[in-house]
Amino acid sequence: MYNIILPVRFFLRRRITILAVFAVAICVFTVVVVMTVMSGLVSDFVEKNHEFYGDCVVWTDSLVGFGLYEEFITELNDTDFVASACPVINTFGLVQSEATGKNAALNLMGIDIERQIKTTNFADTLYYRKTAPSLAFVPSYDPNLFGCAVGVDLLVERLRTGQYNQLTYLPMWSYVITCFPLTPKGSLARSGISLAANSKTFFYSDNSNSGLAKVDSTTIYLPFEQLQTLCGMDTSAKRTGAIFIKFKPGSDISGCSEKVQALWRDFTAKNSDFALAGLFKNVSVRDWKTYRRSTIAPMEKEQTMLILLFLLIGLITVFIIFVIFYMIISRKSRDIGILKSLGVSKLGIVRVFLRLAFLVGLAGACIGIAAGLVFLANINRLEGWLFDKFGFQMWNREIYAIGEIPHNTGPVLLTIVAACAIAACLLGALLPTLSAARMKCVDTLRVNQL
Amino acid sequence: MTETNNCILSCKDIFKSYQMGSMRLEVLKGVDLTVGDGDFVAIRGASGSGKSTLLHILGALDTSDKGKVYFEEKNLADFSGRKINEFRNKKVGFVFQFYHLLDELTVLENVLLAKMAQSSAIGWLGRSDGAKKRARMLLDQMGLSARIGHRPFQLSGGERQRVAIARALMNEPQILLADEPTGNLDSATGNDILRVFESLHDAGQTIVMVTHDEKIASRAGRVITLVDGRIASV
Repeated sequence: MYNIILPVRFFLRRRITILAVFAVAICVFTVVVVMTVMSGLVSDFVEKNHEFYGDCVVWTDSLVGFGLYEEFITELNDTDFVASACPVINTFGLVQSEATGKNAALNLMGIDIERQIKTTNFADTLYYRKTAPSLAFVPSYDPNLFGCAVGVDLLVERLRTGQYNQLTYLPMWSYVITCFPLTPKGSLARSGISLAANSKTFFYSDNSNSGLAKVDSTTIYLPFEQLQTLCGMDTSAKRTGAIFIKFKPGSDISGCSEKVQALWRDFTAKNSDFALAGLFKNVSVRDWKTYRRSTIAPMEKEQTMLILLFLLIGLITVFIIFVIFYMIISRKSRDIGILKSLGVSKLGIVRVFLRLAFLVGLAGACIGIAAGLVFLANINRLEGWLFDKFGFQMWNREIYAIGEIPHNTGPVLLTIVAACAIAACLLGALLPTLSAARMKCVDTLRVNQL
Repeated sequence: MTETNNCILSCKDIFKSYQMGSMRLEVLKGVDLTVGDGDFVAIRGASGSGKSTLLHILGALDTSDKGKVYFEEKNLADFSGRKINEFRNKKVGFVFQFYHLLDELTVLENVLLAKMAQSSAIGWLGRSDGAKKRARMLLDQMGLSARIGHRPFQLSGGERQRVAIARALMNEPQILLADEPTGNLDSATGNDILRVFESLHDAGQTIVMVTHDEKIASRAGRVITLVDGRIASV
């Protein structure tokens, strides 16, 4: 019983334990805030990628593309796990913008709007046509013109608050798009006869805010058939650059992606005599995460690095607790002698101080987590206040494509952090506690008589 | 007391030395002692004569370099760690010059500590009522019933020593070992404490008390004088 009463009394009546609790609470607070914000940023970014590219992508990195895509989409739609699929062309082109008066080489994305909005979240990224996304390429000022949707960061000013300074009307701006059409063999089409380029004028019909900074600052969306023509992919055997696929809700993405892979293998084998069958060898089938690995992996790596850094914070906590417990035990050596003179065993002494360490860890974790949650609940308000008063922003919204600072506070993460804090305290207290258990009571009592 | 029929604690040929820097300090040089059941023995000697060291060895708080300590004819050196703890808890009770009470506990809890030391939390639940009753009774005997909720720093020196005595008696030990129990008290308070010891002795309690004061030692039934680590007179 003494090994329950004494740790509680030492905890409540020793000021030095407040220091230990404070040290643990600061470490827990830092870990909770940074980990949850970082985790929020990463999962936000990952989720936006998922929404933008669908569940699975069949694609070629060759600008020539591949054929028979409609036939394959039909096969996909016949399966019981695919909800929708759409062809997409991803290419480059020269863009002459009336709005900015500049020429630039930009990404061009040809999408079949009806199928795209079923497969990805493209509809949600639109500004003017959010409620009628199938009209995304129909300029409201003149429905007879060819429309294009422009990445929001190419056109609209992003304010430091993270909001966009959208125009209340749709301006009639033209975009002259120039592409270099390629033959199925990869050479420039019509080369030697006339200019090896196709140009067409499109008119601004909407802007798209996917939340992916690189996409929104470099991409112009065009109707699929229009870009297909500009790229020379509308030959007798029409070609596409990719197929985005969305699986039915609740599907195992990785498992279904493997099924698509198998389906693609069978499809190419079945069509090995197709005139452009040679282009199939450049085609890959991957789930969305693998497809976007080069973009997502660095962020996940940063998160891993952060966890490693927090291990260092954990080590610092262990060291702080070690020092504080050494002080506590030095001051309590007389009490240890008294307990031993009353017949308390070495294990009994260990229990007293490890339970004290547990209480320090538990209190530190609770305070740190509570403070962290309060801070996170007000993080955006706090950042707004700092911005209003001092012009300070943690993430400059002119650079970073985030609205509010996200955070991912789940019970699992909080439980892990609390358990780690308690474990760090127990670890830090272990050596001083063992040395306390080894103390000879006669030495401690004699010393404390001086 | 006779050495043959009711010897409870004895030691034979006890040697003890300490390393002090490069010097080896011989504290006890072959001490023999026998304590009978119901004895009140005072071990007297000048400062540094080894009397406290002898008491610690007798109470198994320390070990000797050479020689044997017997409790009820059993050699303490043969006791396991667990048995030694049990011996300290149940067979002997210690009273120290500086009281050695735990500041974080109340007077009642300090007294109960002796009982708690050998009880698990669950075991304590079944025993706590009886233990509290005894602790209150002892504190009442010591005239401290009004102080049970106080903490040691709120008590006078004499009161603290009486709490320490109550704690030492909590487990009804066979021997009470007191190391200069009045050394830190004024003469009047010291006298009160000695009266407590005398009444305990009258009730049959075996007591071994260490003191440097001849007058205090004379209150015991038997006085053993230590000089330079050897027994000079009995």
